[in-house]
Amino acid sequence: MTAYIIRRLITGVFIIWLVTLIVFFVIRLLPGDPLVIFLGQQASSGSISEQELEHLRKEYNLDKPIMVQYGIWIGGVLRGNLGQSIYYHEDVGKLMAERFPITLHIGLTAFVISNVLGILFGLIAAVRRGTWIDTVVTTLSNVGITIPVFWLGLILMYIFGLKLHLLPIAGYTSPFQDFFLNAKQLVMPVTCMAITGLAGTARQTRSSMLEVIRQDYIRTAWSKGLRERVVILRHALKISLIPVITMMGMGIGMIFGGSVLVETVFAIPGVGRLLTQSIFAQDYMVIQSGTLVISMIIVLANLIVDISYGWFDPRVRYS
Amino acid sequence: MVENATTISQVSEAPPRVSEWRRFRRVFFQRKLVLFGLVVLFILFFVAIFANVLAPYNPYIGNLEESLQQPSAKHWLGTDLQGRDELSRLIFGTRTALQVGFLTVISAGLIGMILGLVAGYFGGIVSMIIMRAMDALMGFPMLILALVIAAVLGGGIQNVIIALTVATIPGYARVMNALTMSVRENDYILAERALGSSNMRIMLRHILPNAMPPMIVLVTLQLGSLILAEAALSFLGIGIKPPGAAWGAMVYDGYRYMLTNPVLSFAPGLAIMLVVFAFNMVGDGLRDALDPRLRGTL
Repeated sequence: MTAYIIRRLITGVFIIWLVTLIVFFVIRLLPGDPLVIFLGQQASSGSISEQELEHLRKEYNLDKPIMVQYGIWIGGVLRGNLGQSIYYHEDVGKLMAERFPITLHIGLTAFVISNVLGILFGLIAAVRRGTWIDTVVTTLSNVGITIPVFWLGLILMYIFGLKLHLLPIAGYTSPFQDFFLNAKQLVMPVTCMAITGLAGTARQTRSSMLEVIRQDYIRTAWSKGLRERVVILRHALKISLIPVITMMGMGIGMIFGGSVLVETVFAIPGVGRLLTQSIFAQDYMVIQSGTLVISMIIVLANLIVDISYGWFDPRVRYS
Repeated sequence: MVENATTISQVSEAPPRVSEWRRFRRVFFQRKLVLFGLVVLFILFFVAIFANVLAPYNPYIGNLEESLQQPSAKHWLGTDLQGRDELSRLIFGTRTALQVGFLTVISAGLIGMILGLVAGYFGGIVSMIIMRAMDALMGFPMLILALVIAAVLGGGIQNVIIALTVATIPGYARVMNALTMSVRENDYILAERALGSSNMRIMLRHILPNAMPPMIVLVTLQLGSLILAEAALSFLGIGIKPPGAAWGAMVYDGYRYMLTNPVLSFAPGLAIMLVVFAFNMVGDGLRDALDPRLRGTL
């Protein structure tokens, strides 16, 4: 087990190194010059002087050969320095520290809600197969995985914000500043983030639960005279959660993918929005370091998922 | 790919083919939602092919005097800011959605399958290199990866297809890799090798057909999520270039006029949902009919 974890960690580091290579060299292919974009925004009147450009190019090490630039970046990252943003004129580490908690707050809330409710609904639908509950859950989850997240955001905004005036349309306030406003602001973004995962988890739980309750050992459990609750929760649930756990691992990645859309719709200053804006502004350092941090989280999440298989299914052996 | 699979199965298992086909038909058409999905897809293909005939107006050139009109007998879904007929744009958007969906699935499916097949069959260092590269691509959230690539390549439908292809290859490669490794262990592969068959022959004649049903299901189920991803990219402003019609971009354009003209963003969103729903239903039906054991894994 320890050997397995160590081996996986080494592979993980290798994968993250590949990620840094991909991201670094791919964004250098972006047409245009980040400094020109930045200066173009700064000085709306007059042209940019060559001198100024030269100076900035030196400041951001963009005058050096590309391999040296890569070395400087990686060297910095290893020492905990994520580099300088050209567009925001700030430390990327500081930018991330400001925005990460916001994305995590929304993302993790949505993650917990979608998994808890998804498993619950899927479980009920499987146990009460063929009843009206099953029909409702199946239909809703089929709709849930097809709804475009950004569109759902607009619909919710239209109904609850513009027509009923129940919830603030957009924005983000820190919960430490105004807890209730924050809670109200989060309802719609969290719903949008959770919906796809919730529907997917419900579907997955239902189908794998149906698979498991057909097994012989479940029949044995019934014939021992155990109560339904014990059979389902103790004997069937744990094993049927394995594919659901795999989905949860992917769900961590989807938090960041979804945040790109949800934060754009609701004007929330999180990591997703930061990355989108940086891609348009070609802010190299922010894109590089931002995706690096996200990839590390995803790789780690997948490792945790793989390790947890053993707990859910004792037959799993790590080799 | 589909043709390939049928010809091979015709050759190798001639007698039970009829009953297999009958069983497939029975299971596939059993559920009403699958039928519904098929009908929707049929209509969508029809609309996409005959868009020029069906669209009441030119989707690209508007009449500025008719800007932002409410739905009426003249313009069923109203007009956008530039006075373009929303229904006509919606109809032409079908082309974009289906084009991106199918071309991406074909290219990503083919490349992913080849990579997974080669990695799974040869194993060792070949597998190491291919699968670790796939892991690295999977280390990005798909949407962010596609966003970066699309930004690098610039707008345009073919660049969106390339971006989504790169972002989705790893999924196919992984499934194909796992399938190949399990099929490879069968005795008949060993027998085939003992007979002196070439690696190429074993891969194409024996492993590929066996791995085909799950791959077909995966491809169909992926179509829905690809159309969603395309819509998301064009919503974010990366995708088809301005006069072109893409549903995601239409939702975004309608966003600013939500109070006065909600139809502008509601209609394209509904269209996206309908297509994705149809593809998912057909995919589910195919899965149940081709290989019920896949339920829960794909």
